[in-house]
Amino acid sequence: MREFIDGATAIARGALDAGCDFFAGYPISPATPLLLHMIRELPKVGGVAIQAEDEIASISMCIGAAMTGARALTATSGPGISLYSENIGLAIMGEVPLVIVDAQRMGPATGGATTPAQGDVQFVRWGTSGGYPIIALAPSSVAECYSLTRRAFDLAERFRVPVFLLTDKAMCLSMSTVEIEQYERPPVRPRVQAPAAPSGDLGLRPEESFLPWRFDPLDRPPPFSAFGGAHIMRFTGSSHDEHGILTKDPVRVGQLNEHLWRKIADHASEIELVRADLQPDARTLLVSYGITARAMAEAAQTARARGQRVSALTVQSLWPVPAHALLAAARGASGDVPVERMVVAELNLGEFRREVEREIYAWAARERRVAPEIVGLHRVDGELITPEQFLETIRA
Amino acid sequence: MLAQLPVTYRNEREYPFCPGCGHGLVLNALNRALIESAADPKRTVLVTDIGCQGLSDQYFVTHAFHGLHGRSIAYATGIKLVDPDLNVIVLMGDGGAGIGGAHLLNAARRNIGLTVLVFNNFNFGMTGGEHSVTTPTGGVTTTTRSGNLERPLDLCATVVVNGAGFAWRGTAYDKDLADVIVEALQSRSFALLDIWELCTAYYVPNNKLTRTTLTTMRETVGMAAGVVGRAERPEYARALREAGASQAGQPALRPDPLVPIFASALDREFRLVIAGSAGGKVRSTARMVGEAAVLSGLWATQEDSYPVTVQTGHSLSELIFSPREILYTGIARPDALALVSEEGRRAAGHYLVALTPESWLFVTPQFVDLETPARKLVFDFDVTGVRGVKKHGALLLVSAALRVLDLFPLAACEAAIRRTQRSPIAEENLEIVRQGAAVVADRLGRGS
Repeated sequence: MREFIDGATAIARGALDAGCDFFAGYPISPATPLLLHMIRELPKVGGVAIQAEDEIASISMCIGAAMTGARALTATSGPGISLYSENIGLAIMGEVPLVIVDAQRMGPATGGATTPAQGDVQFVRWGTSGGYPIIALAPSSVAECYSLTRRAFDLAERFRVPVFLLTDKAMCLSMSTVEIEQYERPPVRPRVQAPAAPSGDLGLRPEESFLPWRFDPLDRPPPFSAFGGAHIMRFTGSSHDEHGILTKDPVRVGQLNEHLWRKIADHASEIELVRADLQPDARTLLVSYGITARAMAEAAQTARARGQRVSALTVQSLWPVPAHALLAAARGASGDVPVERMVVAELNLGEFRREVEREIYAWAARERRVAPEIVGLHRVDGELITPEQFLETIRA
Repeated sequence: MLAQLPVTYRNEREYPFCPGCGHGLVLNALNRALIESAADPKRTVLVTDIGCQGLSDQYFVTHAFHGLHGRSIAYATGIKLVDPDLNVIVLMGDGGAGIGGAHLLNAARRNIGLTVLVFNNFNFGMTGGEHSVTTPTGGVTTTTRSGNLERPLDLCATVVVNGAGFAWRGTAYDKDLADVIVEALQSRSFALLDIWELCTAYYVPNNKLTRTTLTTMRETVGMAAGVVGRAERPEYARALREAGASQAGQPALRPDPLVPIFASALDREFRLVIAGSAGGKVRSTARMVGEAAVLSGLWATQEDSYPVTVQTGHSLSELIFSPREILYTGIARPDALALVSEEGRRAAGHYLVALTPESWLFVTPQFVDLETPARKLVFDFDVTGVRGVKKHGALLLVSAALRVLDLFPLAACEAAIRRTQRSPIAEENLEIVRQGAAVVADRLGRGS
């Protein structure tokens, strides 16, 4: 059976099915439908949704809620991400499970509110101080709006980190036909909980039963205990020790920051998600994500119908960069005939191409081989990249 | 339960504040208030701001949240909304009250049950004695060297006029401060305490402020002391949950399956663009047609474009129908274009010039002279007897177009209307679809 549905509805349903029970947001095109959906739907599942006074309050409320045990969602557009920036850093530092939908706009500032856009790829990664990693996913179909939202909650919970869902007006607001049976339903695993306090332990001296910020091992998030829960919890945006007390101890500060890096970087292969449509002996590998990947898929079909060989890689996890999948695709379907040309297509002037170049050139240097040519296919006029534009780049 | 409560809520750590600073006095009063309230430490969260007082949470055995400058009230709101029975106490300075002014105002308007202690020493103590929103006029700080020209913000009056349940002004030296904190905690409302203090590092040496002049200064700046406001209003976190409680258990955003009960002979992608004006039901018509296509076993997509304003300007809907899944949704050349209004024609100019002799162009009589290579059909709906031909132009024209194009049965449109629209709007729209299609029948002489 099919339904006629837009991406925003699929994201909202994905969030509800993932156990989301808190939403705070502020109206902004083209993310507003998420606010409206969650305001209407969350009371039905016993959750709470609020229109905050501004974007800073939206993400602040989500952080407070998440640390009180909620599965929190917020949604905005690029200008709102700008206002989220400082608190994204707090969510990284405080290891807050949080899902942030960015319905991107074209261009800087107010930009193009109601055009397709993919210009926030680097912004969500580097948009807060310190340079520490986040996770970002990009759905390229309405069905993926659902499944990747579930996955975003799973990753946010497991890694205790903000997870971005990068979409845009074309993905959020356009109606599509979806086979209901084909919605993927990845599991949403809850954050690791702190052990229950031993009976008789007041938990007032945290070291007696639970240290909220002990990383053991260094690459795993610490077990969670909510405000109001069994253990005394100290949360802080400052560099902190195992108790959550401010520290300047170089050993501890170094450990903390290395932990924040490694809990994502060391587990990149668990987070990595792509859809690889590779053809043996293809000389050209198309790479794209989000709404642009749809034109790529159509171009690949057309090219093959014309007898051309071509591979296509749809990137679903933009951050961390899916290095293994990129290299595997560049090596060719059989693994021993590398592609000659990679085309990275996106609605910006080369934001993700920069990452592809970095990975591929480093690989070529390591293996002392000639790197494939990497070309960008870009569009920033508010229109979609067309299948014809893809077809022109294919070297058969 | 009571037997488990601590004799003090302070831990063994020493305060880090300057000699003569008032922060320690306020925290001692908070400790006494927690003892007197018999607050469960595990059900109490201290939310601190940035600044010297922002260090405060480290000296208590309760939960603590130390966030970003000025946002403490917003974090506290998130905490309280999830767990309305928690004691949530915000400790902020006059700096945080300034940068977080919007949060302060809105928390007061909501009357969310937070207890906010403002450690107000009239300047930024941590960063070097800069002026704040509460620096008195004439106050000398490192950024108002010849005296502050701005008027100090009356925090209590501001939150009271905006709906706070409780507001009090006093000093860190007031003997009843702990009692006032107890009252604030018990008020189950947004409670703000504007607690005036001495910053011995900066404000005191620059302004010759003493405990005595701290009290007389209230009169100089014209701000009331003691309980400034007390009001009975519903507490927001509980009120919000109660407002949603009646909906609990209702199904949330379940799939809405469209079972194909009609058939279509379409064997390729077909692109239909509807170009009209805002308020002309272009998008709702397109939505209905999209559902009708899915009810006929097709795949459909719909993309709308419109200016940022809502009730003026053009409204354009692009529909694609296909027997297969549709990947790319851009349209370079429509197979059919329905022009409903002049605004629509202007917005669809690029589609109009792309039409070929194979394309269809459906228009109302105002476009009778429009030159095009496409197969153009002009329909006059004034003959139908439908009231509000202009308002229903999109639905009339598209119904006529679908009758001509025969992509799927018009009965599918009727089914789409019946499944989503309520009476009497559904009946009205069903009649419009019939009238629109009937115009085609009359014109082509096929009978209906």
